[in-house]
Amino acid sequence: MWKWLHPYAKPERSYQLASTLLPWFAVSSVIALTIGIVWGLAFAPVDYQQGESYRIIFIHVPAATLAMSTYMAMATAAFVGMVWQLKLADAAAAAIAPVGAVLTAVALITGAAWGKPMWGTWWIWDARLTTELILLFIYIGIIALHNSFEDKVLAGRAAGILTLVGVINIPIIKYSVEWWNTLHQGATISKLDKPSMPTEMLIPLLINILGFALMIGALTLVRFRNEVIDRNSMRPWVRDLVARESK
Amino acid sequence: MHFESLSDFFAMGGYAFYVWLSYGAAFGLLITLTVVSVRTRRNLFDQIRSKQAREQKLKEHRQGNKNNEPKT
Repeated sequence: MWKWLHPYAKPERSYQLASTLLPWFAVSSVIALTIGIVWGLAFAPVDYQQGESYRIIFIHVPAATLAMSTYMAMATAAFVGMVWQLKLADAAAAAIAPVGAVLTAVALITGAAWGKPMWGTWWIWDARLTTELILLFIYIGIIALHNSFEDKVLAGRAAGILTLVGVINIPIIKYSVEWWNTLHQGATISKLDKPSMPTEMLIPLLINILGFALMIGALTLVRFRNEVIDRNSMRPWVRDLVARESK
Repeated sequence: MHFESLSDFFAMGGYAFYVWLSYGAAFGLLITLTVVSVRTRRNLFDQIRSKQAREQKLKEHRQGNKNNEPKT
């Protein structure tokens, strides 16, 4: 049933697939983000408690939630790489890590810039903020491990172990607002029975989450192609590719 | 449009600094990541190209030596 997947274990096939998908992801993410950001910044109504400062939500929430989803995607790739020794899975994990790190940094910075006017402080060592900072450190550790070894198989294994151990942090981030007393507010969107957000705010937020997800896909594809080229630079198909693009 | 005027929009109800700091930082970081990721590809291609050129040169050099060998 899953046999159609087998040819994609070949770097060349995966590279071609990434090249085919890339423009679709790139264009659709730019469209979604443009609509979402303009809508969120200029057209969504004002929040009765937080005033205009709440507009930070339109980047803070997509960055923060997707930083965790991205981690799970990376962990899945790392797991596949470790169990089935698929080199391309390691390449995918290595490609995702910097994207996740930047998302986490965006979540932390926008969170601080939102915390200052609302809580009166840029930073506080409470559960949600601290675990999110740990997520950033784990991402940086994974990137460092990927770059620490000339041998990519070894690098993939070392980074893979850290990635899988770091998965423990994800549920802790998610439930930190319930397990501990924290300044950070609880989940807003996932309470489907009683959404705590009016539709005019929710729609641009959802569009931005979609836009961020597509952007993460596009960036991962760009970086995945780089990883594949880097790991296969001696192969004839890469040389042909380079020769074709030099013309 | 939620805002009355353009200056109203930029003022963000007094939260201009925090709102624009957030959007600016996010935009800056994501653009930087994009530029770096795209540039990596070009650098890799350049490396492979120069390696190929070096190999080609070596090959020609070796062949050249063979032809110039003095006949004994």
